[in-house]
Amino acid sequence: MTLLVLAIYLAGVLTVGVLSHRLFRGTGEDYFVATRSIGPFVLLMSLFGTNMTAFSILGASGEAHRVGIGVFSLMASSSALMIPAVFFFVGTRLWATGKRHGFLTQAQFFRERYQSDGLGLLLFVVLVALTIPYLLIGVLGGGLTLTQITGGQVPSWVGGLVISAVVVAYVTYGGLRGTAWVNTLQTLVFMTLGAVTFVFIVGKLGGLGAALDHVTDARPDLMVRGDNISPIKLLSYTLIPLSAGMFPHLFMHWLSARRMETFRLPIVAYPICMIIVWVPSVTLGILGHVDFPDLQGPAASGVLIRMIDLHASDLLAGLLGAGVFAAVMSSLDSQVLAMGTMFTQDIVKHYSFHDKMSDRGQILAGRLFVIGVVLVTYLLSLVANTSIFGLAVWSFTGFAALFPVVVAAVFWKRSTRYGAFAAILTVVALWIWFFVDGWKVPGYSVGGTGVLPVAVIFLASCAVLVVVSLATRPPDEETVGRFFPGAG
Amino acid sequence: MRVLLYIALGVLYLLHNDLWLWHDGSRVLGLPVGLTYHVLFCLATCLLMALLVKYAWPSELSADSE
Repeated sequence: MTLLVLAIYLAGVLTVGVLSHRLFRGTGEDYFVATRSIGPFVLLMSLFGTNMTAFSILGASGEAHRVGIGVFSLMASSSALMIPAVFFFVGTRLWATGKRHGFLTQAQFFRERYQSDGLGLLLFVVLVALTIPYLLIGVLGGGLTLTQITGGQVPSWVGGLVISAVVVAYVTYGGLRGTAWVNTLQTLVFMTLGAVTFVFIVGKLGGLGAALDHVTDARPDLMVRGDNISPIKLLSYTLIPLSAGMFPHLFMHWLSARRMETFRLPIVAYPICMIIVWVPSVTLGILGHVDFPDLQGPAASGVLIRMIDLHASDLLAGLLGAGVFAAVMSSLDSQVLAMGTMFTQDIVKHYSFHDKMSDRGQILAGRLFVIGVVLVTYLLSLVANTSIFGLAVWSFTGFAALFPVVVAAVFWKRSTRYGAFAAILTVVALWIWFFVDGWKVPGYSVGGTGVLPVAVIFLASCAVLVVVSLATRPPDEETVGRFFPGAG
Repeated sequence: MRVLLYIALGVLYLLHNDLWLWHDGSRVLGLPVGLTYHVLFCLATCLLMALLVKYAWPSELSADSE
């Protein structure tokens, strides 16, 4: 039954991807950014679905099982504030600039903004390097989930292969429009199924009050932040959602908006979407102590699946599996499309064709790169160790620490290419330093103070950007005029 | 109005750090108060974002992009 539900769900996903192709206009701009025609609801679902991974459903409940309610403040409510603010202040500006100049990638934007090919290339390398672990986590997580949900009947390599094949099919066929449409379906699926799972399991546990009473008696520490999460950790963790400002896949979705007003719904509704997904995940993770009080370490990540195994039917298990697949694929599709777009636009078109490449050539290259990126990711997932899940926060740290560069590019006319170069290189150097020092240390913080590395790298990036920009020649007036049209 | 809303955004950022509820395990609206507070925080964020898009929308960017 579980596998049947999953098969029906995947068939539905492919159908939506195929239907979206009916609107395909055959141009590069249509394949890569849907001719900037996406409306408010699809944009909301795309942006939210792209940002939510399997971690939001399974990882969050596992983390809540370990440390309690603090997970919500750490990862959900901070994102509910910071991410819409990033959309409001940065996303709208990048959309306007992208539309005015016809940009499709971040490297194109930064290359033109700072009149530097080298800067575009450096950023391309850094963004690809930071995205790879993120992709890998999606494929690996999807495979492991399928194994757990089917009680080991389906090996993880099969789950990873299925996810990869389905994503390749609708991304190469439908481009960004197909991806956005499918993301809308997938986001609605995992939001709905999360809520259904919550209501069903809480009912089986005798109601929310009774279940929380039980956990409070056994583990009162899970009902407070207490010593499980320090205030300084909460404060520095609020910088992590700023990574949204530098994610290539979010940049790509921003550019797909029909009008700037299209951003209004995503900005306002994003916090509500966070509540819908994260409250059930976190609460169920805590309630897992009713039946599974002794789960430790990585086993805690599977608490939700164990609860469904115990309390629910195969049908609900299949639906949850579909929800997790939806969360995984709605991130993976946008990421691989963004990578394909970057390789096509920033490398092939820019360096081999001097920015003059036919639409047909661009679409073909884009599709081949999507296939290549997914293939490489899948092969890596076969040899990768599950400890790579710890890389997620490091990946986010890198993107968040680059945020000052995009803020300077859209707000600060006086910022210079050397300032941007210096900031990016500072991020790379410090990121490597902290990564080498701490990637094997669970809950790593700078010098054991509770301060996350992102806070130090972020501040250093800001400082270097400002100092070097002020110490170097200002950008020429023509460039400033192109990017700040209203500037006097 | 725009400046006031930006200040409100800064205040909301500070309010995210609810130190006064750190060790409070009581329940409000059926959930531990530390969780309820952050759910309400999300709703407050939603409200502030609605005010931002209504009263501080950067419409000049839209005109520039045409």
